[in-house]
Amino acid sequence: MTAARLQVPPRIVEGDVFKLRLLVQHPMDSGFLRNLEGVLVKRNVIRQLKCIYHDMEVFRVEPTTGTAANPLFEFYLRATTSGELYFRWVDDKGYIGELRHNLVVIPANQSPAPKS
Amino acid sequence: MPRLCFLFSLSSTMQLRSVLSKSFFTAGLLCLSLFSHVSVMAQQRLLPLDKVQSGLAFTGPEILELQADDFANPALPYLDKGAKLWSQGAGKADKSCESCHGDINSSMKGVATRYPAIDKASKKLFNLEDRIRSCRTKQQKASDWPLESDELLAVSLYVTSASNGMPVQATIDGAAKPHFENGQKIFMTRQGQMNMACTQCHDQRYGIKLYTDRLSQGQPNAYPAYRIEWQRLASLERRLRFCYNGVRAEVPAWGHGVMRDISLYLMWRAQGLNIEVPSVRK
Amino acid sequence: MYLLSRRDWLRRFSLSTAGLWAWSTGLSKAQDMSVLGRVQDLSDARLRTFDEMVSPYVVRQELKNEGMGLTMPLLADNGHLVPLSLKIDSPMTEESHVTHVYVLSQLNPAPLIAMFVLGPWNGKAELSMRVRLSGTQMVVALARMSDGNFRYASRQVSVTEAACVDNG
Repeated sequence: MTAARLQVPPRIVEGDVFKLRLLVQHPMDSGFLRNLEGVLVKRNVIRQLKCIYHDMEVFRVEPTTGTAANPLFEFYLRATTSGELYFRWVDDKGYIGELRHNLVVIPANQSPAPKS
Repeated sequence: MPRLCFLFSLSSTMQLRSVLSKSFFTAGLLCLSLFSHVSVMAQQRLLPLDKVQSGLAFTGPEILELQADDFANPALPYLDKGAKLWSQGAGKADKSCESCHGDINSSMKGVATRYPAIDKASKKLFNLEDRIRSCRTKQQKASDWPLESDELLAVSLYVTSASNGMPVQATIDGAAKPHFENGQKIFMTRQGQMNMACTQCHDQRYGIKLYTDRLSQGQPNAYPAYRIEWQRLASLERRLRFCYNGVRAEVPAWGHGVMRDISLYLMWRAQGLNIEVPSVRK
Repeated sequence: MYLLSRRDWLRRFSLSTAGLWAWSTGLSKAQDMSVLGRVQDLSDARLRTFDEMVSPYVVRQELKNEGMGLTMPLLADNGHLVPLSLKIDSPMTEESHVTHVYVLSQLNPAPLIAMFVLGPWNGKAELSMRVRLSGTQMVVALARMSDGNFRYASRQVSVTEAACVDNG
């Protein structure tokens, strides 16, 4: 239903604490504004957004009307092993948004990064 | 009204005579300027070419950061959507924009710099959104995308992005000439309850603060833009309607010719600026 | 120029006042029904006290104004999108980490802007988001630590109306 984009560093080594940026396209209608036709737009915000990594919830945010439209969330995560990052969010209408990303984590014992 | 009251308040005839003579003098000057105004109607550039600046010169640091962020720019999801719609089949023959136009960066390069432009078929002045709608209904034989709809704005942004960094170059002669002159006239004419003309703020007073807003020059090169006030992507037409609201003028209907005429004038006035998308504005 | 009898004067006065009242009520109704951006009149919203903001979360625990940095612009370009960055000094280990972060508003209709749930798996207690602010107010970021105690940081943000009012 809604589009989303995720940004993670290009190279992640096991043990790295890396930054994730998630931009979700969602109007986050507060219920206080009217549309172009003058009709009141009902409240519809993302109620809960979570990130699952290796079957564990590693991030959760519960926004309200005070969160801006097309929300951006930035947080950190400690990399363990390669696996799927699964983002899932629900809004007031009950629509479920999902984003899956295959996180590639270079094991710590591998050769270090080439000098740039 | 105030002028008449002033006349009545004068006590001596001497004062009255001098005021009347001044009024006649002003009236005479006005008539003269009116005629001279008509004769130099061709091109009035009150904003010198070397002073032309993009809206970014008047925005705050947060917006500059948002626009420069090539991941979190709030207009980017619309660009993604536009790219998807470009390749999506629609209409009876299930053709996509791509099936006729191919790769956007070759086929649409420079297109946005030339709009608004005269549509050969209808002889009307089309902005980019009108052109896309016409293609969709006439060529693709698909359902119309209404003005200001998500889909239309997304594709308009995508098409405009193919001209990113290219200088604007509006055609104002030939069939476009009366449209250009109309747009110019409106830009220079006072309107609305506030009785203000676009030129007063955007040519003569840009850079000063109106409350905490810094007045910009009203340049069109960054549209469709993500406007934070509306929390979504918006067209130049919507932005101009907002200006009409601002001076408390009667807003023309959606799709009205005057909006396109003004857009054409603005594109000519913006000579020296490049197309700048995806942009963020207040 | 003409004298009114006391009766006439009273009658005219009461009629005009009634008329004025009716007109002004009608006017305020018209404003409610107009296509101005805001439906609910948020201008008479009250600024909450710091206590009112944090007391739903901090009951008897410690509340310290330290070890946290809240970054927001002093003057928001537009109240619909105000960037917010939060940094909490915490080792984020099993023994000592941040469990929850509450972003609180002093003036918005909803006192809670967002709630985050974190843990040692995050490695760093740093967050960023974009908030909406209905007017000039204080924003408080409240962090709950694994030992049950709280820390907070606050920031005063000025938010002004656009110079030209939008009717859509």
